[in-house]
Order: sequence, then structure tokens, then C-alpha cells
Amino acid sequence: MKITIDQDRCVASGQCVTAAMDVFDQRDEDGVVVLLDPSPPAGLAADVRQAAAVCPALAIHVEE
Amino acid sequence: MTETLNPAGIPEFPGARAAGCPFDPPPALRALQGPGPLAKVRLWDGSTPWLVTRHAEQRALLADPRVSADISRPGYPGQTPYRGGGGLSFIMMDDPEHARLRRMVTAPFAVKRVEAMRPAVQKITDDLIDDLLAGPRPVDLVEAFALPVPSLVICELLGVPYADHGFFQDNSKILIRRSSTLEERTASVGRLNEYLDALVARKLAEPGDDLLSRLAYRVKAGELSRREAAQMGVLLLVAGHETTANMIALGTLALLQHPHQLALLRDGDDPKLVAGAVEELLRYLNITHSGRRRVALEDIEIAGQVIRAGDGLIMPNDIANRDATAFPDPDELDIRRDARLHVAFGFGVHQCLGQPLARMELQVVYSTLYRRIPTLRLAAELDQIPFKHDGQVYGVYELPVTW
Repeated sequence: MKITIDQDRCVASGQCVTAAMDVFDQRDEDGVVVLLDPSPPAGLAADVRQAAAVCPALAIHVEE
Repeated sequence: MTETLNPAGIPEFPGARAAGCPFDPPPALRALQGPGPLAKVRLWDGSTPWLVTRHAEQRALLADPRVSADISRPGYPGQTPYRGGGGLSFIMMDDPEHARLRRMVTAPFAVKRVEAMRPAVQKITDDLIDDLLAGPRPVDLVEAFALPVPSLVICELLGVPYADHGFFQDNSKILIRRSSTLEERTASVGRLNEYLDALVARKLAEPGDDLLSRLAYRVKAGELSRREAAQMGVLLLVAGHETTANMIALGTLALLQHPHQLALLRDGDDPKLVAGAVEELLRYLNITHSGRRRVALEDIEIAGQVIRAGDGLIMPNDIANRDATAFPDPDELDIRRDARLHVAFGFGVHQCLGQPLARMELQVVYSTLYRRIPTLRLAAELDQIPFKHDGQVYGVYELPVTW
């Protein structure tokens, strides 16, 4: 699994952090997404897919 | 409305809920869902925008950059003759201006910042329940609990004195009531803008550790006008208390009407169960029931139809969240289902800014109130409860409870 994020599109909803906090974080100054782990272990795949699905700005792209 | 006003047989929007079904969307709206994802409806001004009936198409269109939230554009399906007047800030703007303003206020709503507020919200909730238990019975849960919790929280976050809650709650009520006249709305927005402008001025002189002070700092730095700062303050203050208050009171009523679900929630001690219950109640209740409004900027092909540039779009989350293709048995309240893909907070770049805070507040309230008052019950018959059928935000005006 390979993840890319688009910080320009991000609206700082933080739902990716709620879904997969070992993979996503938010910048202190404006809550924009920070990618902690672009290729997380398989055990986190479902959480990452959930994070991408709930992202309202479609700012998370997951390649399986 | 009369047949003469509606010669084409296009249904009026919004429709009325069925008697005795206060948690369900209007049947006429549900009926439009069966035939397909797009239908035409007729508004108060005679215009006939598209109604997007299904979950998948609502998500797609709400996230589509060819769709505008700008209320001043021709074709925008207005809820009322009111066209903003500056009180609504970035929720009625498009990017890049929307993003510029919104990003100035996103930091305190980051998940970890919101989590850090959880103990303070727990204390507010516990203190109010102490007062309830020490006070008279029956009591109106809206006035004594549902409104104070989010009002106290948003006041703390923004740096608004809670002592002024009577003023801002009354003006919010005018804004949210569908029947308010244009004059009433304009006057109400004016009063709130004036109040927030004075507060921003005070924060310029004596900054504190709150969101209005950070906006004041941006005013000082020339990144934001005082007017823009005040308008954002109005938006956050109004949206920050009225919505959550309605979820607390209506959620409590729904749980009291579903005692098995209430028992599951009360007797479980898993934070995941509580978080899931919050998502399910958001999906099921849909306190924003007036339909999100947009206008197409370009021709958009979707579901075998072409939405033309300039066509209005209405996307009611209440029917998207009861779409059986997205949520099996959609009319069942089931706190153990996975409801996280609901669109109660909207979708796309305009999704509710305060949703992480609202979620946390609801998690605290729903996991505390029914455990501390396990015998909580209605002190009136369901048909005596005054529902906000006329509100842009749905809920109950009063909820008499006892224990």
C-alpha cells in the first residue's frame, strides 16, 4: 500500500487522524494533514482506506 | 401549495414530515429517492433546482470543484430571500477565498487540540448534571443542559463571555428560524456582527488565549479585515452552539424512544461504542434538514443526466443518510452499525469546520448523562413535544424530563 496526500486540497477535518493516527497527523498551525507513514504495514490497511473514504476534500490517495 | 402554483407536478421543497414520525425525513422527499438520484423540486420562489436524492451522488457533487457554494450567483437555490449580508463568512464562498479564510480558524479544531479539551468538556457536563440533580423536577433539558454545554464550550474556545449567552442565543434563534423575515434576519446579523466586532476590538487591546484573539492578531498583521474577523466570529458562535444543542436534546429523545439502544449505550464502557453511537445518531437524526444548496459552474454529467451550468442543486443529508444502498435498514437506529460515511456534516471543502469538536462534545454528553441519571425519562407525551419543524436546524424547542 502506498499513500499520497494533497496538502493544498486538505481542509483540516482531521478525520484521517481519527481513522489512522499512526499514519496521519495534522500541522499545528492550521490542522493540515501530515503523512507520517507513506507505506504502512498491512495491518493498518483497513484504517487507511477508511481515512481516504471519510476525507471530505478527497486529499488522500491510496495505491494498493 | 396549490395546484395552480405547481402546474408541472413538481413537488414543493421542503416538504413536511409525517405526523408521529419526528425522526424521519418527509415522506415526499423519500418518495423521490426511489426513481433515481436526481429529481426536480419547486422552491418558495418558483424556481426548480435539482434535488440530489442519493448518498453517492451527493458526496460526488459536494466534493466537485465545478459546484459553487456562492449564494450571490444566479441560479443558487436560496432558502429565503436573504442573501447573506456578510454574516455567513466563508461558508458561502468558493476557493481560493474560502480556503484562505477557513485555514485561519482550523487549528483549534485539529483532532489532538480537541482531545485536549475533553477533560474541560467533561467537567462542564458533570457540573451541569450536578445542578440538574440538585434542582427541581421535571426540568426542560434544552434550557438546563443541551444549550449550556455547547454554549460554554464555544465561548471558551472563541473567548466570548458566557454571561452574554442570552443575547447570542436569542439572535441565533432568529437566524435559524425559517419563518424569520428578511428584516429580522438582517437586524439579527447586524447585532451579532456589531457584538463580535466590539469583542475583536477588545482582543486587539487585551489578547487572550482564544480564537478571537488569534483573529485579532491577524487583523493587526493586515491579513484580515476587522469586518471579516467579526463575520467569522458570528459564524463560529452561532454554528458552535445551536447545532450541538439540538443533537443533545433530539438525541436524548431518540434514545428514550429506543430504550434497547439507550441501554446498550448506557451499559457499555467502550469508547468505540460511544463514538459509533454518536455517528449513528448523526446519521439517523439529521438536525440539518434544509438541504445543502449549491449551483453548478459548468455542465456536469452525473447518473445519466446533464446538470447545466447555472442549475441549482439541493442535497438534503436527511435522505442521503437514509439511502438503503449506503446504509442497510436505514430507518433502524442501531448504535452498533458503522455509520461513519454519513453526510450529516456535509462533504467536500465546506464540510462542517467544527465537526471534531461536535463529535467530542456528543461523545462526552452521551456517555455521561444517561449513566449519571439512569432513570431519565420524558415528562410529557411524545406528541406534546414541540419540534422545530420551522427551523433550518431541526430539534426540539423544549424537552421536559424527569427521573
